[in-house]
Amino acid sequence: MKYLSHSALDGTAIADRVRADERGALVMFTGYVRNHHGGRGVVRLEYSAYEAMADAECGRIVREGEARWPVSIALEHRLGAVAVGEVAVIVVVGGGHRGEAFEACRWVIEEVKRSVPVWKREFYTDGTTAWVDPTAGA
Amino acid sequence: MPATVRVLLFARYAELLGTDLLELPVAAGTTVGDIVASLRTRPGGDTLPSQLLCAVNLRQAKLTDSVKPGDEVALLPPLAGG
Repeated sequence: MKYLSHSALDGTAIADRVRADERGALVMFTGYVRNHHGGRGVVRLEYSAYEAMADAECGRIVREGEARWPVSIALEHRLGAVAVGEVAVIVVVGGGHRGEAFEACRWVIEEVKRSVPVWKREFYTDGTTAWVDPTAGA
Repeated sequence: MPATVRVLLFARYAELLGTDLLELPVAAGTTVGDIVASLRTRPGGDTLPSQLLCAVNLRQAKLTDSVKPGDEVALLPPLAGG
């Protein structure tokens, strides 16, 4: 699985994939597990995925992003248990200039959230747990 | 080869149906919607939402899309990645 990892993400290594001397701009989005959601304290998240489809979708996003902007894109998403303060997802974009790098990076993370079949279960400080449903009101 | 499709369930839907994998029979003309309707009749299936996201062979699919033996159908709860 090229875009999914069951172990801690190495941001430096991921960023190195898009670094090149002809690319003057590097934009990185790092998604961390936040310690709160909907007014509740969060201890950790557990990510699961339809792995074959998630990998295919990530590949599609990277190819489409690299076709739309003159950039190189690297993307990795964690699976499994991720504690508060740990990294859940990294998007890095290298481009000749900052305009395309910022635009492409924003587009990639929005596409990941829109179309990659990944789910997360939240574990709260009160001992309860719930699946996250972004379509449910607030 | 029996005329079936693999049906994959994930996250909340796997919990509702009590399994993450089923083999269901298909005939000529069976649609994704027919597969979903069949799941609704199983224990726990009546709590599946009326609108849901499906995939066939790793691509998002409409309920009206047809399925054939050997296809992999997946029911996807609301996506929550990133």
